[in-house]
Amino acid sequence: METATAIFLATLAAGTPLVFAALGELVAEKSGVLNLGVEGMMIAGAVLAFLVAAETGVLWLGVLAAVLAGAAMAALFAVVTLSFQANQVAAGLALTIFGIGASAYLGLDYTGVALKGIGPVDIPVLGELPVIGPLLFALDPLVYLSFVMFAAVVWFLYRTKAGLVLRGIGESPASAHAIGYPVIGIRYLAVLFGGAMAGLGGAYLALAYTPLWVEAMTAGRGWIALALVVFGTWRPGRVMLGAYLFGGITIVQFHVQAIGIDLPPQVLSMLPYLATIVVLVLISRHAGMIRINAPASLGMSYHPAA
Amino acid sequence: MIRLEPRPRASKAMRYLSPVIAAALTGVCGVIFSALAGLDPLDTFYAFFIAPIDDRYGLGELGVKAAPLMLIATGLAIGFRSNVWNIGAEGQLTLGAVSGGGLVLLFYDSGSAWLLPGAVVAGAIGGMLWAAIPAILRTRFNTNEILVSLMLNYVALLLLSYLVHGPWRDPEGFNFPESRLFPDSAMLPVILADTRLHLGFLFAVAAVAIGWVFVRRSFIGYQMRVAGLAGGAAEYAGFNRARMIWIGLLAGGAAAGVAGICEAAGPIGQLLPSISPGYGYAAIIVAFVGRLHPIGILLASLLMSLLYLGGEAAQMELGLPSAVTGIFQGVLLFLLLAVDLFVNYRVRFKTTVVEEALS
Amino acid sequence: MKKPGFLLSAVTGALLSMAGIAATGAAEPLKVGFVYVSPISDAGWTFQHETGRRQMAAALGDRVVTKFVEQVPEGGEAERVIRQFAADGYGLVFTTSFGYMNPTIKVAKRFPDTKFEHATGYKRDKNVGTYNVRFYEGRYLAGIVAGSMSKSNTAGYVAAFPIPEVLMGINAFTLGMQSVNPKATTKVIWTNSWYDPGREREAADVLVTQGADVLTHHTDSTAVVQRAEDRGIYAVGYHSDMSKYGPRAHLTAVTHHWGDFYTRLTQEVIEGKWTSRDVWGGIAAGMVSLAPINPAVPKEIVALVKDKEEAIRNGTFHPFQGPVRDQQGGMRIAGGTTISDEDLLKMEWYVEGVQGKLPR
Repeated sequence: METATAIFLATLAAGTPLVFAALGELVAEKSGVLNLGVEGMMIAGAVLAFLVAAETGVLWLGVLAAVLAGAAMAALFAVVTLSFQANQVAAGLALTIFGIGASAYLGLDYTGVALKGIGPVDIPVLGELPVIGPLLFALDPLVYLSFVMFAAVVWFLYRTKAGLVLRGIGESPASAHAIGYPVIGIRYLAVLFGGAMAGLGGAYLALAYTPLWVEAMTAGRGWIALALVVFGTWRPGRVMLGAYLFGGITIVQFHVQAIGIDLPPQVLSMLPYLATIVVLVLISRHAGMIRINAPASLGMSYHPAA
Repeated sequence: MIRLEPRPRASKAMRYLSPVIAAALTGVCGVIFSALAGLDPLDTFYAFFIAPIDDRYGLGELGVKAAPLMLIATGLAIGFRSNVWNIGAEGQLTLGAVSGGGLVLLFYDSGSAWLLPGAVVAGAIGGMLWAAIPAILRTRFNTNEILVSLMLNYVALLLLSYLVHGPWRDPEGFNFPESRLFPDSAMLPVILADTRLHLGFLFAVAAVAIGWVFVRRSFIGYQMRVAGLAGGAAEYAGFNRARMIWIGLLAGGAAAGVAGICEAAGPIGQLLPSISPGYGYAAIIVAFVGRLHPIGILLASLLMSLLYLGGEAAQMELGLPSAVTGIFQGVLLFLLLAVDLFVNYRVRFKTTVVEEALS
Repeated sequence: MKKPGFLLSAVTGALLSMAGIAATGAAEPLKVGFVYVSPISDAGWTFQHETGRRQMAAALGDRVVTKFVEQVPEGGEAERVIRQFAADGYGLVFTTSFGYMNPTIKVAKRFPDTKFEHATGYKRDKNVGTYNVRFYEGRYLAGIVAGSMSKSNTAGYVAAFPIPEVLMGINAFTLGMQSVNPKATTKVIWTNSWYDPGREREAADVLVTQGADVLTHHTDSTAVVQRAEDRGIYAVGYHSDMSKYGPRAHLTAVTHHWGDFYTRLTQEVIEGKWTSRDVWGGIAAGMVSLAPINPAVPKEIVALVKDKEEAIRNGTFHPFQGPVRDQQGGMRIAGGTTISDEDLLKMEWYVEGVQGKLPR
């Protein structure tokens, strides 16, 4: 029981940065924009979160800075792809390379700086309840924020008119434009939201998960977030589940290692990636699932006058 | 109000000018950057672009680094042209080194003249097999090739790590994670005396030539170009999409695989836990900076190689941190993408009223 | 501890050394190059070497000019950087990562007038020496501290790759624990990366869940110590004193120091006394030591650690002193003997008390 609780909590924590980044990317993709620069936006969020928190001593200012940094990176991408019509795949890759380089440069003086990170909340009575206390009422605030963001994204996409418009633009920008919606403007907002969320994911890593700054500390999690969006067939619930599944596999493979199983650690480390591929295949076999949920115009440039 | 207006036809002049403009603008960014960092822009320029190649050895190194980029980018471009997004070249390169290197280790003592050609072929096959996974998943199950090829990068690296930590470890190597040094018969010959420039560079140049012929002169190359420009038209014309996916991915895989074995049998001379310093990713940039055109890729790979060498020289000469190289690469690619706009559009200054009326 | 503005220090450093050339005039300063595998800000391995370089540069003043290149990938890339130093007239080049071994040997053949020193390797040449630190001595002492503080008799070890150097550390740590706590065992998790704070934290969490109440690591970030602080258990740091990351949890740290060695070697080259050899320095050479021990550790344990440290220093005690059995119960080091350096360098087995199977 104790082990199960521990695995659950570790999984929740490991999945949280992925939840932020993947939900953000989901919204951007729903509007028809494929931004492969999640890793770059995430690392920019991480470095600024740490830098600002270390300078001001206020952790929440760090979180805010990460949101802005992620959004600023996304804005760069948006200008190039939405206004300048550049290829989205190439621009996303450029964003990642730029983000990793720029964050390394900005963070030069901050490696080796110690920071008391964001810890779990302390809810007096509820947190002491047996079993559910530690499971539900003693998490850190950013984990709760990820739940809130999840609810907000679901509500926005499926319960608001604006969400409907956004999805409509992802399906057919030309028709949305014909009805009179500002396609480019809304895509800008969707991409900025995606950047802000990736920034939050970075902030979670640098301030809560491992409160420190080292170069390239996101270690590929941005790419995983991208995979999770397809993995979850562009459905927020499945994307979130996928994030925890991926986090969980990592935790479980470490458990298996520590128990002492006769498999090379490299093979165990492959498991999360192989599992992702298998699930991707299982999902995409049902062409219908992809067709219903995947935005039809994903990755294509759109220019109203064209 | 600034407004973009599509050109009646893509501007040929801009198509060739835009990489130059982007490179020039990157240079301007570099000047601003070095001024901000308190360095003399001229010194920075010299350290980055002249110092690394001011002697014969430096020129050789330019080729050593450009070769894998050129090779991989040429292969990838074939797929990119028809919207087949293989971003798994890093993994395919690793598998090329694994299969080619595996052959060398297997026939270590043979001393056969066929060992090296065999290893290169095995490398190509290894890269192709690794690329065949996303191809088959894409064509059979419609699985997104971007994500599958990317996930396989991690798997390939772990596989190589397992092999050199375990079964392929040098028996005399104090249990360190390295294979035996390749025998001389399995090493690529150096083609420029007193440098490390090896036969792999000629492979890369040959690949550029083959790529050019394929794109310009073959029917399937033409089909793939059309599919990339106008997917709907290609479908209408009945072009076989699955075949394009296969060709696109296998071309990238084969090129990356050859690049991988050429690294192992060239500058490295053995198998290590990591064969490539990110060539598979950098080649994607090279492909785009080169406008997916073989000649463009040739030039872009030399430029990218120079940026790497310049980054090292700038560290030695100016004490600039290595992160600066990444920033420059990102900026260059961004600017290029942005400037590309003017290939297909021109800028007009108009009032908002007219704009409304037009749309 | 914040490092001074990087660019600024590099530039002023270059200016100062140029001023040095002008001042001494006749005696050319020796140019010394350093090749690093990761960024100097990595807080781990490379940072310690960079600290050593600065110490050496400060100690020798205008007799040397030093430069470094960071983040040089092992394998094909390294050869160019090493060669560049040699071609630029550097008299001494330190290559500080295992994967630089073959490139260093290759370049050295072409530049017989330049001296090379390669860290952690085993290949030498007329102008190539090797050097390393006997980390296991520090690990053993840290094991004594950990073993005395563990209530669950289980330590968790987060490690990167199963190479001899790491295995030496795991085994010495376990033997150290068992010397004060015969029931002590060690659980190991391999992260397959020197450098991924997220994975290190995850591994640390898993080890805690499986009963470890003291953690240590052979990876490059501070994540394990930080996690131990959060989880209310103990940790032993590595590379440098990590107490600021976990003031309560940090029992001590196994730290390595290169400054004196770099100064000594460089001086030898300047004076023309350098010869190619293998330096494997431990506590006696001041190349490895323990960070200040946490006040929570009982006095008698601190005293015991001091005794053992002294015994290792004067050669009366060796951490791998028989009898030592391996995991399968086979006698590896017979009673009354100590392990040879060669067997240490090739180590490929776990001592009794390490749990799990060594990956092969």
